[in-house]
Amino acid sequence: MAETTQNGAGPAGGGSVQQTLLGADELILNMGPQHPSTHGVLRVKLKLDGERVAGSECVIGYLHRGVEKIAEHRTYQQFAPYVDRMDYVAAVSNGLGYCETVEKLMGVEAPPRAKVIRTLLTELQRIASHLLWLATHALDIGALTPLFYCFREREEILKILEKYCGARLTTHAFRIGGLQYDAYDTLEKDVERFCADFLKRIEEYEDLLTGNRIWLGRTRGVGVLSAEDAIAMGVTGPVLRASGVQWDIRKAMPYAAYDQFEFDIPVGKNGDTFDRYVVRMEEMRQSVRICRQAIEKIPAGPILAKVGKVLKPPVGEVYHAIEAPKGELGYYIVSDGTVQPYRVRIRPPSFINLQAFDKMARGHLVADVVAIIGTLDIVLGEVDR
Amino acid sequence: MMNHLYELLKIVLASPYTLPVIYGIVIVAVLPLVAGYVVLVERKVMADMQARLGPMRVGPHGLLQPIADAVKLLLKEDIIPEKADVWIFWLAPIVSMTAGMLALAPVGIGPAFQIAKDIDVGILFIAGISSLGIFGIVLGGWASNSHYSLMGALRSAAQLVSYETAAGMALVSGLLLGGSLQIRTLVEEQAKQGVWFVALAPIAFFIYLVASIAETNRAPFDLPEAESELVAGYMTEYSGFRWSLYFLAEYANMMVVGSVATTIFLGGWLRPFSSVGGAAGRAIDTVPGALLLGVAAYCLYRAPKQPVTVQKLVMVAVAGLCAAVAAALLAPVFVAQALWMKPAIHGAFWFLLKVGGYIYLFMWLRFTLPRYRFDQLMRLGWYFLIPVSIVNVMGIGIALVLHWERGMHLALALGLTTLMTLVVAGFLVRAELKREEQLRQAATGDAYAG
Amino acid sequence: MPLDNALVQRYRARFGEAVREAAEDRKQAILLIDRERLEEIARYTRDEEKFNLLSDLTAVDWPKREKRFDIVLNLYSFAHNSRLRLKVHAGEGESVASVSAIWPTANWMEREVYDMFGITFAGHPDLKRILLPDEWQGFPLRKDYDILQQDQAWVKENLGIESGQ
Repeated sequence: MAETTQNGAGPAGGGSVQQTLLGADELILNMGPQHPSTHGVLRVKLKLDGERVAGSECVIGYLHRGVEKIAEHRTYQQFAPYVDRMDYVAAVSNGLGYCETVEKLMGVEAPPRAKVIRTLLTELQRIASHLLWLATHALDIGALTPLFYCFREREEILKILEKYCGARLTTHAFRIGGLQYDAYDTLEKDVERFCADFLKRIEEYEDLLTGNRIWLGRTRGVGVLSAEDAIAMGVTGPVLRASGVQWDIRKAMPYAAYDQFEFDIPVGKNGDTFDRYVVRMEEMRQSVRICRQAIEKIPAGPILAKVGKVLKPPVGEVYHAIEAPKGELGYYIVSDGTVQPYRVRIRPPSFINLQAFDKMARGHLVADVVAIIGTLDIVLGEVDR
Repeated sequence: MMNHLYELLKIVLASPYTLPVIYGIVIVAVLPLVAGYVVLVERKVMADMQARLGPMRVGPHGLLQPIADAVKLLLKEDIIPEKADVWIFWLAPIVSMTAGMLALAPVGIGPAFQIAKDIDVGILFIAGISSLGIFGIVLGGWASNSHYSLMGALRSAAQLVSYETAAGMALVSGLLLGGSLQIRTLVEEQAKQGVWFVALAPIAFFIYLVASIAETNRAPFDLPEAESELVAGYMTEYSGFRWSLYFLAEYANMMVVGSVATTIFLGGWLRPFSSVGGAAGRAIDTVPGALLLGVAAYCLYRAPKQPVTVQKLVMVAVAGLCAAVAAALLAPVFVAQALWMKPAIHGAFWFLLKVGGYIYLFMWLRFTLPRYRFDQLMRLGWYFLIPVSIVNVMGIGIALVLHWERGMHLALALGLTTLMTLVVAGFLVRAELKREEQLRQAATGDAYAG
Repeated sequence: MPLDNALVQRYRARFGEAVREAAEDRKQAILLIDRERLEEIARYTRDEEKFNLLSDLTAVDWPKREKRFDIVLNLYSFAHNSRLRLKVHAGEGESVASVSAIWPTANWMEREVYDMFGITFAGHPDLKRILLPDEWQGFPLRKDYDILQQDQAWVKENLGIESGQ
């Protein structure tokens, strides 16, 4: 089937699998766009040498909707709901990144009350995103039960979001300049009740998984990514932290109200799947910590800065990044002085993290491929935009 | 004419083959229904462990779900892959199903219900026929003409063959204690010795438990059927009725395996403390009836709370059914004329209760544990279970020799050899942990050149 | 507004004219450099200036300009906890040196820029479309590609429908 001998594999993510000559024992296995474990429409072409993965190629673009092109034909406020649809699992974070970037472009700052409420909702969304990650990751590895437990907790968070802004999934919770809706009257109570309950629930998940020999056997030593490789591949987020690099944009370049809160950054040692699991579990606990501090500290005041109805940011450009649950979510917006942005570039953490898949999967068995895709925590909406 | 028929009937009834044939027909007709309800129980147990309710819509509390599923599967389009080998494609699920059903033949559900009436090689027969079920899997994977199916079938076959050895060795331990391959003798030995063999050979029971989970392709050993990896392994290309045959074969296998474990290790149809007579014995004898009366009472209590009349009626019917069975169970205890029924009915009850408990354990493990990867699964079978089971058999042999020849108390002898086996198992576990640690060091330390 | 801090001075000292412009916009440093010397400057940036994380590599289309494309690299340094933006102008048909040998993460980013803008990267190990199908004609993020435009031929052939636009 192959004609050329040119091996397309470069230093980063596997080159064209089809162009290499297949050896006697080699086989190309296609994990097609429709597959229960690819978390969306992702196609992975695996070159197998016996049972082991010798190379891989990810084919993406099945969910490409041209969001960046659409942005050039919408006003800044009109574009805000579109960003929710990228990482649809953690829509609030996307909205936070976009609104803050435009605010930087405009030179305005959201009022303190808005900042704290934004932080609170974003941290709740981080917990929700990690819960969904845990549910699907555990399901792929064969643990059928954490799925339902995690979704039970996620349900509570989605109820809070629904009470706040009316939507559960694609929330459009924030506005440029602050918030549209003020905190509803029982928000603090709901969040406190959730936090108290949730800490007990994390113990339940840990009981089921962390000490379990089978879980350890399936995740330890699987999909190892060293710190140098991670930085070279541009990997960010929990994947980078599990490889040993202690870097979190919330601490390095604080945004919203993160500089007012105390929290720790969990870091892993080996960069394997188990470490990523531990890092994300610990991140959920730290998020609870931030939420609890946030509900104490909501200051009184306005929720929307004076930005006017027609937004015309001065000519120029800005790049602003936040720590989304999946990694560094960056927005690079170029303004030409009109009501519509000239260029909106979204730096998707899942897209960049997925590049590291090839490196992580080499040498592993096919059964591990599913675990590795799961541990990268990708959302195809963000990968393809 | 009528006379001839009458003569024919008398001959048929007198023949020793009549009852087994009737039992056989009953099993073939009833087994799919029973397996369907075991599936419903599994879904309800799964739901319970996952903090939800399970099937609730079809019939009251989902009681008619299996019927709906059966009808759906029968009416589905029969899809055969394009280049599949049609005859083998057709034959494979039948082989699986037949092996499963046939293996139930020698199983004694109670002292009175046994199709293959006391064949000399009862356990061997069951083990042998179960192994034939592997053909069904391999043929199915091959005939599907699909790469995923073939991989799944081969894996499944490899897994089954590996764990057969361990399972067989574990059974041998029980057979040594019982002294015979005959089902009835095994149970009677347990009655005579006054203790279930699980107490005498706990390691054997544990090994059989693990091996039987692997035999029936259940989690945590269900990689060949895992949805997330190979879609459904050898069953991928089967749909509708053919698939349901495979599915039923899996549940039939579960029942076979549960029956074997119950017979050898859990005392078969004996009630707990079967050697205790007198008042205490009678007290224990009333437990089955009391249990079912409790269930009937609960159903009656819930009946008025059902939202729909049909559901109310069904609840009352279920209550009535439970009450009837309870009456059948209590009658022999309290009514002297019914005493002849006691071994059959009570035996059947206790047997089914134990098999049910064993299958519940299967389900519990399925929903708690993640799945083993295939190489880890094979390692577990070959590097741990088989050595331990062999050492266990040797140990029990030595203990029995010590008991019969040297007169050592059986419990002491067995205790010593169990200890020895545990020590060996401990060594194996330690070696395995060290190896895993080394592998992990190698994996994390070395950046795989890509 | 123009920027002249220690960093810019180091660049100017090392590369002279190759650093065409140094500006600061919304408190973020931007260096416009020569297209021909991109690889050399990139290597210097990673190794000497310690900007070892390439956060983003993208392009902007300014059709009215002679060199219509802006290739933008957003960099981050762990050591200094600071960001830097490098920009390169490229005209239609001009190829830009690939930085994927310096920051391997640029591999897919450059493929996406090629896919969306049609800019070729010299030295890229596997430059082909990433989000759109391989046979797609046209580069959507260019300003002359209408928002409702599609590759009619591809849609008709592969999806079997008339393109809805």
